[in-house]
Formats: sequence, C-alpha cells, structure tokens
Amino acid sequence: MAVITYRQALHDTLREEMLSDENVFLIGEEIGVFEGSYKITAGLLEEFGEKRVRDTPIAEEGFVGAAVGAAMLGLRPVVELMTINFSLLALDQIVNHAAKIYGMFGGQSNAPMVLRTPGGGGQQLGATHSQNIELYYAFVPGLKVVAPSTPADARALLKASLADNDPVLFLENLALYNTKGEVPDDMPPAEIGRAGVTRTGSDITIIGYSRMATVATQVADQLGEEGISAEVIDLRSLRPLDRETLVESVRKTGCAVIAEDDWLTYGIGAEIAASISDGAFDYLDAPVRRVAAAEVPLPYAKPLERAALPSAESLNAAVRQTLDAVGHRR
Amino acid sequence: MAETATRSKPAGSGSKGRRGGTRSGGSRSQQSQGKTAPQAESPETLRDYFRQMSLIRRFEERAAQGYTQAKVGGYCHLNLGEEATVVGLMSALRRSDYLFTNYREHGYAIAKGIEPGKVMAELYGRTTGTSKGLGGSMHMFDTEVGLLGGYGIVGGQVPLATGAALAIDYRGGDEVVMCQMGDGTTNIGAFHESMNIAALWNLPVVFVVINNYLGMGTTVEMSSAESELYKRAVAYRMHGERVDGNDVVAVREAAGRLVEHARKTGEPAMLEAVSHRMKGHSVVDPAKYRNSEDAEAAREADPVAAFREQLVSANVLDEDGAAEIERAVQADVDAAVAFADDSPHPDPATLFDYTYATPVANDSRRLPADPVF
Ligand SMILES: Cc1ncc(C[n+]2csc(CCOP(=O)(O)OP(=O)(O)O)c2C)c(N)n1
Repeated sequence: MAVITYRQALHDTLREEMLSDENVFLIGEEIGVFEGSYKITAGLLEEFGEKRVRDTPIAEEGFVGAAVGAAMLGLRPVVELMTINFSLLALDQIVNHAAKIYGMFGGQSNAPMVLRTPGGGGQQLGATHSQNIELYYAFVPGLKVVAPSTPADARALLKASLADNDPVLFLENLALYNTKGEVPDDMPPAEIGRAGVTRTGSDITIIGYSRMATVATQVADQLGEEGISAEVIDLRSLRPLDRETLVESVRKTGCAVIAEDDWLTYGIGAEIAASISDGAFDYLDAPVRRVAAAEVPLPYAKPLERAALPSAESLNAAVRQTLDAVGHRR
Repeated sequence: MAETATRSKPAGSGSKGRRGGTRSGGSRSQQSQGKTAPQAESPETLRDYFRQMSLIRRFEERAAQGYTQAKVGGYCHLNLGEEATVVGLMSALRRSDYLFTNYREHGYAIAKGIEPGKVMAELYGRTTGTSKGLGGSMHMFDTEVGLLGGYGIVGGQVPLATGAALAIDYRGGDEVVMCQMGDGTTNIGAFHESMNIAALWNLPVVFVVINNYLGMGTTVEMSSAESELYKRAVAYRMHGERVDGNDVVAVREAAGRLVEHARKTGEPAMLEAVSHRMKGHSVVDPAKYRNSEDAEAAREADPVAAFREQLVSANVLDEDGAAEIERAVQADVDAAVAFADDSPHPDPATLFDYTYATPVANDSRRLPADPVF
C-alpha cells in the first residue's frame, strides 16, 4: 500500500489504463509537450507518442466534439478540459451530443468517454477561473458525473469511468491535487452511483463531495475529540445520486448538514435537502442546513475570497448550531 | 463545372445584395451552365440516380402529407429540390463510409441505403424506425449503412464527424467520413474549430455544405461575409470546391474525387453544392420571406424533372421507362407508409431503456407523478 498524492493517483491510473487498452487515448490542451496545466499527464507524451497523447488547439467545442465522434466509433478518449470554466465552450457537445447519443438513436450508439476537469476556487484566480459548476452537468440524464475526494477514490473512480460505456464528467479539484492518501495497489474500480460513508456516527450526518467531503471528514474528526459522533457521507457520484445512503443515515441521526463548494440557490445541496425531505422528513429533529459558497462572482482579494468559500470553521459552526437546535448534550 | 478555392476569381461581381432575397454574385448563375454529360456514367447508373431522386421526391411529398395528417410530429425538414445533391453525394460513398448529417436528412438516410419503410416509421415514431422511434425526423441512425446520425443543433455534427475521422485515422482504416451541413452552418464556431482540427491532423473527412442560400429566412449574403462558401477552405489550407448541386452527375464526380482523395491521403476537403430548397424551411413554414423571383427560380430548377428530361433527350430513358420507374417508386413509398402505419408504437414501459449504455446503481426511474421515496 502506497501513500501518494491525488495528482499521482490520477497520473498512474491513466498510464495503467493506456497500457492495458490500445483504445484509450488522451486529448486536450497542453497535455503533451507542456505535460498538462496541473501535470497530471507528465511524461505520457514521451511514453505513448502523439497518437495517444494529443495536444489540441484552443477549441474546446471542436476537440470535445471530436472526442465524442471518436468514442462513437469505439475509441476511449480521456479529455482533459483545462478547468471546468472552459467546459462552457463545449457545453453543446457535452449536453446536446455526448449525453444524448445513446438515447436519441435508440441505443444504437454511445459515447464512452471521460471528461476530466478540475473545478473549485481558493487560488485567487478570480471570477471566471474559480467556479463549481458541476451542477450544470449533474442535471443532465445521459451523463454521469463523479467527484473523487481522495487519492484512492480518484483511482477507483477513474477506473470505473474508463470501463463505463457512457460519457462521464470526472470532477477534480485544484485544492485536492496535492493531498495525500493511501492507495492500495490492487484497488477494484468503484461503483458509479454509490456514495461512501467515510465516518460512521450517530449524532449528525454531514454530506459533502469533492473538496468539501474532505473538509467534512476533518470536521468530524474534530467533533469526535469532543465526544460528538458525526457520520460523513461523500457523495462520490453526483449523477446518478445515491439518495438511499444519505436518507438512511439521516433516518439514523435525525439531522443533517450539507457541505458544498457550489452556490446555494438551486445548488447540489438543494437537491440533497429535497431528497432528505422526501425520504426522512419524519425522522428530522431540525431543519437541514446547508453550508455553501457565498453567491457572488468569486473575488480575487484574498480576505474576500476566503470569506466567500466554505471552510472547516464554517462547517463546524453550522454543525454546532444544528446540534444546539436538537438539544444535543455533550 | 466545379470551381475550386485555389482557382477562384475574386468574390461577388458588383452588387452583393446583403439583404436581398435574390441570389446575387456572378458565380452563382454560372452554376447552371454546362451540365456534365450523362454519357460519363453507364445508362443503368443514370437510371438508378433518377429512380433514387424520384423516390426521395415522392417520399418527401408523403412525409409532408403525413405531417398534415398528424401522423408525423415535431419538426419535419424536407429535401425537396435537393435530390440531385443528395443522390450524387451518397453514390460517392461506400457502404462502409460514414455519414453525419443535419436535421434535413430523410433523403440521405434513404440514399445511404436504409429501407424507406424504416425511415417513414421513424417519422411516425414507431419501434421499427431507424432509431426505434426515439429520434424522429432529425435523429436517424443506422450503423449497418454508416449513417452516424442526423443532428438538430446547427453545426453540432461537425465536431463529431471530425472525431469519427480521427478514430479511422487512429486505427488505420480506409473509411471516409462525409459531414453534411447547410450554408448557415458555416458561421458556427464548431465549423471553424473542426475545419482547423481536421486540417491540422490530416483527417479523412469531407465537409459538404449544401448552399441552398437560405438558413430558415436568412440568406447566405445576410449571414456570411464571404458568401462563396467553398472559399472558406482556403483559411484552413484545405481544398475547397463548388459544384452545381442540381446536377447529380457533377455532384457525384466532385464528391467521388474528394472522397477518394481523402481515402488515399487522409486529407480533408470541403465541397459546396449549390442547390435549391423548393419549399419552406420545414413543412409548416409557408416561406413568406421568399420573393417571387426566387421561388420561381427554385421551381424552375427542379432537379428531378430536369434530370428526367435530360435522360429522355439523351435516349437513356424513354417515356415508358420513366413512367415505369415512377410507378415503382410510388409503390415503394406506399409500402413504406403501410409499414409505418402497421408498426407498433413504443411501449411506455421501455421509457428508461436507453438512458445509459452501462446500467448504474441509483439511476432514477421515476415517472412524473411518482414519489422519490
Ligand atoms: C445552434 C442552433 N441555432 C439555431 C437553430 C435553429 N435553426 C434550425 S435550422 C436553422 C437554419 C440552418 O440553415 P442551414 O445551415 O443553411 O441549413 P438548411 O436548413 O438550409 O439545410 C436554424 C437557425 C438550431 N437548430 N441550432
């Protein structure tokens, strides 16, 4: 068992998949000669050549669409979209084409491809480079959207995404690339559509995904030291959404806080809160709370950016408020 | 006669009539001169072109009728007036070559080799249709004949076609991809991104622009700064060519040449076929924006009638022979309609069958009134 970074887990898994399947190839901006904006693809051009590691012009719609077309003929493209912000230029190809090809042609064709892209703020990159807009994709039937939060998940979900016959948007997060974790050598692929219970507990359920799932785990550990038993659910898959696991947990704990890096209004937390209302209303001892980003174009200035994004402190505070509301005794 | 991007004269002789409803530009009128001699191909081939063109004409008339009877729903864009282009292009492809089209695709589906009954059944939304009734008029598909789909987003098919050519190149196959689109499509970003990528990577794709000079109600002069569209190829160091789309043999010749070149060298190319749309944009469009001069020109250019006359005067076909083909075609279309009419509608129980190719845990199968839990 090795302790490696999230970045390394992605790199190693990509390399392995390329070695085991001729049809897997990488396509995107600056992934070859430049070795990737975030260096996930470092060394792969040298090892696999231009056919398998294809640098593209700055033409998101053109190369994402080309990957869809190639996937229709049975190749397994792994597209790197430099950041999720630029995926908007390829929205038509992702939403109107990749996601629809299987359904609208009556199951005769499909687009088995992985769209890897980092999202998230906190790096002082300003409003257009710091967004969490995975919701746009999680809304669309026909797409699958996964969001690994640990190096082990990154590996297991990337394997699952590459084995899948549908287009998968694979959400990474800039803040996670350097995080470390244990990654077993012979990890089986994850199951897309299953959430993970990363901490078990009985007092409160905290639900998060991607960066906020790791923050939730941190907060649960802090609370544990004070004798508060928090259960943490990492969604892992935003579509399909594993409502059963989160509802089951809330039925047990009686209250929930949702931690999300995206905006509150219409956000992923809204869907989760609704799901809890659908499946665990009678079990709730307090309203479901949501800790989400402030609803502003993310500012550059550090104190403002920090104020806008959810953190361990803000999540911790929200959990305590909920526990106070249910009269939890420490 | 074909014009090529490398040999072209400067654009627009005099007034360009940006807002005009008429077809301007000297080169347009040149297209009607000098139809390719029918002798260039065997009499059987020419008779078969006529049969296919007549079949598509009759099929489209029946599709329009089906629409007014509410048997065909949604949008319904017809190939009326573009039959020579459709048949000329499709005859240049092998069965194993791939085709991507826009939403004006019934004729292409038939000419690529799909049974007219399957095409009509798709219009009728039946399980026997080209996409099991899930696609409709704009989304036909058939792996068997290499039709990789009709697409309803203007230009959406262009990156896909480029990607299919990438897959061919990746595997070292000798198939070619043809990507059909209208004149209005050449102003979409995806068109330019894809032309550039195809040229950069040397992909075997032939981009075919059907210039019927209208995108809905917008003329090519209103929408394209360079309305001689084949010239756009120059910007991508690609071979571009313009051909008279009313001349099936000329289209066949030009398309065949470009397709075979792409097959041999992997080089992409662009072909502009200048054609006419006889009716409105779709069945429900009365085309009031069209001036009478232009509507008259479209009627006069009727490629099916013109080709019939040409074949008869060249003794490739006599009146009886032509009438016999027309009767057979009529019978084919009647049979297609009967097949569609007799085919089952999809069972609502199959609603969730085609959302995901790899089934997943927790895939929602909720119907509108169902509770979530
Ligand atoms: C991206 C997009 N914008 C607008 C439309 C609506 N629309 C459908 S067809 C059409 C005209 C396209 O004209 P052209 O490419 O010349 O094709 P033609 O209809 O002549 O075959 C428009 C504007 C669309 N389907 N997709």
